[in-house]
Amino acid sequence: MNDLAGMPVLEPAEGAKDQHMVINMGPQHPATHGVLRLVLEIDGEIIVRIYPEIGYLHTGIEKTCEAKFYQQVVPLTDRINYLDPLSNNLCYALTVEKLLALEIPPKAQWMRVLLAELSRLNSHLIWLGTHAMDIGALTVFLYTFREREDILRLFEAVAGQRMMLSYIRIGGLAMEPPLDFLDRVQAFIRIFPEKIDEYANLLTGNPIFRNRLVGVGHLSAEDAVALGVTGPPLRASGVDFDLRRDMPYSSYEKFQFNVPTSTACDCWARYEVRLVEMRESVKIIQQALDGMPEGPVKADAPKIVLPDREKMKTQMEALIHHFKIVTEGFAVPAGEVYQGIECGHGITGYYIVSDGTAKPYRVHMRYPSFPTLQALEVMCKGRMLADVVAVIGSIDIVLGEIDR
Amino acid sequence: MADTATLLGKAAVLEGLPNHPAIKAILASNSEALTDAKFDFDELTLTIAPEQIRAACFALQSAGYNFFEDLTAVDWFPAAPRFQLSYHLLSFAMKDRIRLRVLLDDADPAVNSITQVWAGANYYEREVFDLFGIRFEEHPNLRRIMMPEEWVGHPLRKDYPVEGYR
Repeated sequence: MNDLAGMPVLEPAEGAKDQHMVINMGPQHPATHGVLRLVLEIDGEIIVRIYPEIGYLHTGIEKTCEAKFYQQVVPLTDRINYLDPLSNNLCYALTVEKLLALEIPPKAQWMRVLLAELSRLNSHLIWLGTHAMDIGALTVFLYTFREREDILRLFEAVAGQRMMLSYIRIGGLAMEPPLDFLDRVQAFIRIFPEKIDEYANLLTGNPIFRNRLVGVGHLSAEDAVALGVTGPPLRASGVDFDLRRDMPYSSYEKFQFNVPTSTACDCWARYEVRLVEMRESVKIIQQALDGMPEGPVKADAPKIVLPDREKMKTQMEALIHHFKIVTEGFAVPAGEVYQGIECGHGITGYYIVSDGTAKPYRVHMRYPSFPTLQALEVMCKGRMLADVVAVIGSIDIVLGEIDR
Repeated sequence: MADTATLLGKAAVLEGLPNHPAIKAILASNSEALTDAKFDFDELTLTIAPEQIRAACFALQSAGYNFFEDLTAVDWFPAAPRFQLSYHLLSFAMKDRIRLRVLLDDADPAVNSITQVWAGANYYEREVFDLFGIRFEEHPNLRRIMMPEEWVGHPLRKDYPVEGYR
């Protein structure tokens, strides 16, 4: 296993110099989903070694966080996994709330679940569209982006932004959702299961799509666990683990849903697992809509949570709190905490060390694509060059979260 | 949130959680490996002697902590010991997470790699090496991962300015 995980490929291996060739794939290759550079050693069309060269998007976001107040970090988190923004917000907020021992009102928790699942649908729709496009089924991309547009409109209604939402804040949500928001979500998920059937219609029976995926990119359960793979690729390798069910957060324990798994361990299994996951997300959203509690969407902590705009303009106390939070931030008790959640790609985790001041001493983000990329070589070794594109699509990586 | 009690110090944790599988596994493999412990925010943190980290990981892996989730470092500059490594391990079967802490001094910080236990630690150790300058002995490929190869300095250290050197 050790020789598999990431030795540099600079020139062909000793003894094969005449036969092997080293080529570059990326960083501008459209099938690499961003700026991933793969250095490949190939024997004809067969992959001998793969060395992912990452860091092209590294912005030092963890260092930036150390210079911001706790509440100023929220917009930074959107930009890491830009396809699943609310999961980032949620994970960060949960971690800080753990340090603060804040109690979040039920409505805020249920709204968070609803939004996290919409965000997961958004992430899976982009995965499906781009994955199919990489393999040559261009049409699906247009279909999935049609529904993604609906989700982005919902996001825009609730947060005023389409991609960088920052809607989930420390202590709850940024503000009450608009009055007709829940009805719009209901209208969306009423039609959405049919749309999933439509995608499945286009792809599941498609012989080219099937031939490109079945049996390709085999990742055994042992390798998946050893390499830190999480999320749909892990479950497609037969490991039944989902943080939403097994270590629930934000009241996920009150929702009923299935965790799809498959033992086929190939790209096709990952495709099937994600399709079922979309259907399960719809079920969760329906339950969230049906049982949405009444009440506030912000915790009762005036020194931490920004007051409503109206109160801030009319009440002296609220104005003072607003001024204090914006100019000085709020102190967070010293300590270290870690919180993991299940986002669209796998386990996202935030590790925050506080020294008792208003700025985090250290923020570390664990993002699923980073370890999953290590499994690329295991999945592609000995296969054809064209399979690399299928495998990259099937593990659904986002370079923003790898490089941070 | 079953247990919200806070236990600080090795003695308090051993008394409060006598049957915790992780503590039992580490003590069974080497009773001197565990130097400190705490249980707060509903999370168990075990401080491991630096030279024992690989053995401790092997022991925990066989005790059911089958998944390596995360590794990062904290720079406590100018305090001593300066560096803290934080390992997060997850058990799928027990649905439990623990944190291992390793404290390292400022001068030439180095620790044994755990890629022999979990191959997936490879990228994480490279990241810590790149951004903190902590070496991992017997790592198969210890080179920079985020920053360019020729970069000088380790950006996440506290004596490295946020806006960089200009």
